[in-house]
Amino acid sequence: MKTKFDKAWFALFTIPLFFIFATVVIIPFAIGILYSFLSWDGISANPKVFVGMDNFVQLFRDDRFLASAWTSVKFTIFALIAVNVLGLVFSLLVTGGLRMSNAARTMFFMPNLIGGLILGYIWQFIFTDAFKFIGPSTGLDSIFFNWLLHPQFALYALVIVFTWQMAGYTMIVYIAGIQGIPDELLEAAKVDGANGWHRLTKIVFPLLMPAFTICLFLTLSGAFKIFDVNLSLTNGGPMNTTELFALNIYNEIFGYSRYGLGQAKAILFFLIVAAVTLTQVVITKKREVQM
Amino acid sequence: MKRVNKALFEAFLFLLALTFLSPIYIMLVNSFKNRAELYQNVLALPSSLSFEYYGEAIRKMNFFTAFGNSLFVTLVSVGIVVVLASMTAWMLVRTDNRWSKLMFMTFVSTMLIPFQTLMMPLMQVMDWIRDVLHIPMLNTHGGLIYMNVGFHASMAVFLYHGFIKSVPIALEEAATLDGCSKFGVFWRVVFPMLKTITITIAILDVISIWNDYLLPSLTLSNKALRTIPLSTFYFFGEFTIMWNLAMAGLTLTIIPVVIFYVFAQKYIIKGITAGAVK
Repeated sequence: MKTKFDKAWFALFTIPLFFIFATVVIIPFAIGILYSFLSWDGISANPKVFVGMDNFVQLFRDDRFLASAWTSVKFTIFALIAVNVLGLVFSLLVTGGLRMSNAARTMFFMPNLIGGLILGYIWQFIFTDAFKFIGPSTGLDSIFFNWLLHPQFALYALVIVFTWQMAGYTMIVYIAGIQGIPDELLEAAKVDGANGWHRLTKIVFPLLMPAFTICLFLTLSGAFKIFDVNLSLTNGGPMNTTELFALNIYNEIFGYSRYGLGQAKAILFFLIVAAVTLTQVVITKKREVQM
Repeated sequence: MKRVNKALFEAFLFLLALTFLSPIYIMLVNSFKNRAELYQNVLALPSSLSFEYYGEAIRKMNFFTAFGNSLFVTLVSVGIVVVLASMTAWMLVRTDNRWSKLMFMTFVSTMLIPFQTLMMPLMQVMDWIRDVLHIPMLNTHGGLIYMNVGFHASMAVFLYHGFIKSVPIALEEAATLDGCSKFGVFWRVVFPMLKTITITIAILDVISIWNDYLLPSLTLSNKALRTIPLSTFYFFGEFTIMWNLAMAGLTLTIIPVVIFYVFAQKYIIKGITAGAVK
């Protein structure tokens, strides 16, 4: 039965989805590559001029784009560390056998279900008006001021909101990893005189490598592709200093109507996302310990 | 001593979780305050529970229409993804030839493409379908659902594919011998066995489609068709200065999510874990 290939049934089962998928993903991807070699303003009556590699040359001279790419890299590094450290700490706290564990887990995960756009708006209020109130009333003016008006702090604000959103998600994955570690292993180490820190670093962390792989992959691609929070929290401000990669592409195409140049950036964006995430998966896979 | 430590630890964890959700508290308390009260102390509880701003936010966001739109688009999209992707994945697992392998590889290899790489050419394709084939892909819920299905296809096929590989083929063969068509075999025998992975896929896709802003913003321009993220965006553009009204609006948008979370928490946590680990 398995080897008999019934063409009609195969087509009936697979073609509907593949057709939709082809028109929404494959064809746009292919013509997207063509668009990156054109100069066009998005108005169908206006000519599309073939300019070869010009767009790709031009984007490396675009200071705002280069700054945006660099800020994206910084954001991703900060976010990667913050999300995973917090997620790991949360997962260790809620697997300690406390009565509060389930309630705490529920609460830590909650923000992950709220959309990025809405999270950004809630925090916009906190970083502006709530901070402006807390600062003078507690005397901590140096911490609590309007973060969104300050380039460096506006970037930290993005990191905080992204961390708030993603920490609970990585926590869930780390919890699954921790629960997969056999109790006997930790008991045996305890009997052999290993203290809590040693048990954590010599047994728990190495056995958590698969969970690290997953979480690093998820946060890396999530952070690098962030758009909604960026749009609603800072909208790239102040003065475009927090305009990250995806928002820069969006503004180039739909804001300035430079469709060819914007699409060239979008293709470069894809290449970077693919290269970075694949490299990361290969590296961390190698370090996983077999049980 | 040990018991005291444990009690302290319990208290610490509880306080930490509460602090973690303090932004929700700030949003909630300020949605009930008038302007003067809000600026007097953003952290204090409101002096009275007035739902005035909620009424106004519901009207200005067109909340119930937006809620209905979001619900319709999300449920129909996810339903179609589940039906088509499970059928496709099953056929791909049970057919051992190069076409089947090629199709699977095509689905999987596109999973890393960011939405921003596709959005502009996708709009050109949809423009072309509208102008040349006269199928209204833009500014309709049908068009948005179509695109949602396309974007969520590869992940769903990938997850179903991995799951179906571990489903024994014996039952299917027995059903075939009993005279069941492929269609019957799939829907009567195979699909019921896919329940766990179907829940995982449905939950992951419900969350992502419900919260999606960018795709609906590019495809829907008619005000009456807006989903919740879209109506929040336009509402916020107009009323940013009125934070109490804005907070009431944001609270409204979160209520359905919290209800969903309360009722489906077990499945959500399981689904997220399963989806991530794959």
